[in-house]
Amino acid sequence: MGETHIAVDKVTLAYGERVVLRDLDFEIEKGKVFVLMGGSGCGKSTVMRAMIGLLEPASGTIRYGETSFTGASPEERYRILRSIGVLYQSGALWSSMTLAENVALPLGEFTRLGPKEIQEVAALKLALVGLRGFEDYYPSEISGGMQKRAGLARAIAMDPDVLFLDEPSAGLDPVTSRLLDELILELRDSLGATIVVVTHELASIFTIGDDSVFLDAETRTAIAKGSPKELLEHSQDPKVRRFLTRGKDGKDGERKAEPRV
Amino acid sequence: MGGRGEVSVEPEGEGALVVRVSGEWKLEGTVPSADEVRDALVKRSPRRLRFDGAALGEWDSALVTFLASVNDLSRERKIEVDDSGLPDGARRLLRLAEAVPEKPGVRRSAVRASFVERVGTGAVEMVRAERETLDFLGEVTLSLGRFVTGRARVRGQDLLLFVQECGAQALPIVTLISILVGMILAFVGAVQLEKFGAEIYVADLVAIAMVREMGCIMTAIIMAGRTGSGFAAQLGTMKVTQEIDAFATLGISPMEFLVLPRMLALVLMMPLLTIYSDLLGILGGGLVSAGMLDITPFQYITEGKRVLTATNCFAGIGKSVVFGALIAFAGCLRGMQCGKSSSAVGEAATSAVVTSIVLIVVADGIFAVVFNFLHI
Repeated sequence: MGETHIAVDKVTLAYGERVVLRDLDFEIEKGKVFVLMGGSGCGKSTVMRAMIGLLEPASGTIRYGETSFTGASPEERYRILRSIGVLYQSGALWSSMTLAENVALPLGEFTRLGPKEIQEVAALKLALVGLRGFEDYYPSEISGGMQKRAGLARAIAMDPDVLFLDEPSAGLDPVTSRLLDELILELRDSLGATIVVVTHELASIFTIGDDSVFLDAETRTAIAKGSPKELLEHSQDPKVRRFLTRGKDGKDGERKAEPRV
Repeated sequence: MGGRGEVSVEPEGEGALVVRVSGEWKLEGTVPSADEVRDALVKRSPRRLRFDGAALGEWDSALVTFLASVNDLSRERKIEVDDSGLPDGARRLLRLAEAVPEKPGVRRSAVRASFVERVGTGAVEMVRAERETLDFLGEVTLSLGRFVTGRARVRGQDLLLFVQECGAQALPIVTLISILVGMILAFVGAVQLEKFGAEIYVADLVAIAMVREMGCIMTAIIMAGRTGSGFAAQLGTMKVTQEIDAFATLGISPMEFLVLPRMLALVLMMPLLTIYSDLLGILGGGLVSAGMLDITPFQYITEGKRVLTATNCFAGIGKSVVFGALIAFAGCLRGMQCGKSSSAVGEAATSAVVTSIVLIVVADGIFAVVFNFLHI
């Protein structure tokens, strides 16, 4: 195990009285792609929301390096948030701004670069995600896949130490999805960023995942940890096997008959 | 904060240049532009260019942006570039940035359209918008026809919900505004009429003004801001989230299912709200009269009753029906015309209010002329 970048320590997440996940315990290594996986509704995105500060854990701590994010002072919290880039599921581009303006906004706010340099960096980021020439387009004028890539360009605008990607391949065709996976690996290798991916796309999980945690909606906690390939080969948990083999593993993962309601 | 990146350009043998990058190249620091390299390329016209990053400290996209600019300049001048002296990560990012070439014709021209072109585009756009409005009006009329003949699919539950939204939920704001308008009318009138000892006519002024004009106009403006914009925002959001497409593909007319109940609800509620507004306005005037002019409530009511005619009352109520239809029409039209972004929803809501108010004022003007012509 290399240097730990993010540690999730005995974290319980809840919306009001309703506990979504409890006693989450895992560490994310620096410069690796970590996958938060599990079936629909298991709380993957909720964990990500807690890790990026949009949801306060009911208990437990989340640490970035040695600094606790949970209960951090506003200054510390701000510093950590500055080192984070997030790609939201829908892209979440600001619709009143062009793609270049979307990418340029954080650069203008948080760097001392001049307008020309900001424009050049924004163009570079868009070129990195294959959107060269689309600088002056508005989000409503491009396709969903392009919006997602533009969202990624914005997420990497400030060269973040940690990049969170919420369902990056959802709604994309297989070719675009594969290109996005390659891009994620390239960003990991060239920028040295730690990348946390929320997904249930198996092809992506096996292509990009260095390490992972499997969340279970029934027990409301993490039931397996390790690299996706290792889990596929060695996990004895029927739920994990069923998920990673798309329900084809009849021996271990046979689906039980569910009572009709 | 980051440190300072530096660049130097030196000749290296025959027809070659070396670009040395050193120091820290961070977005948060200070980085040089590619202008120095551009000048050197223009001045020396080299055939080859080599990057040297031996003295490079920490770097991020700031360096890659600079390198990409120099690469572009070199490509324009057909200069061979050797980037083997750069860190691996930077080279990979450069490859990545250049991996997908720009699609021809995709970049937007920065050339500003001429005045004539802009006028022409504006005129074409105006005609298109008018045609859309007429289409919408036609569809609404047809849906209304189907509703009257009992063939329209309108959910009673939705209709009741909109009735509640347009009626009961609007009462607090209508109450406040109407009382205040009545009080203002009485106050302004009292100051003038007192000079002639004609204070009692404040009751006439408030009653006629509220019932004929102010009750329906103020209610209409409140409903335009409150409900018309709400309709536009609701339908606009449904357009953005493809809910309207879902109705259309199921073979359900969005006009009947979404627009008609909203229009019916507002048309039904506007006269009731107007009557309510008239009464409260008169009450507000009565409060000022009693407080400022020593007119007793009995005198105020008697004088008001004397001057008010059924024609006056029905003129105001009739107008309110038309105003209700116009507000619902404008709100639903702008909602259905909404673009596919979140900002378009805001624009649709704003546009609905503006359109409603313009329509209300124009319609009121037409009513004034018609009433005058008919001696009402």
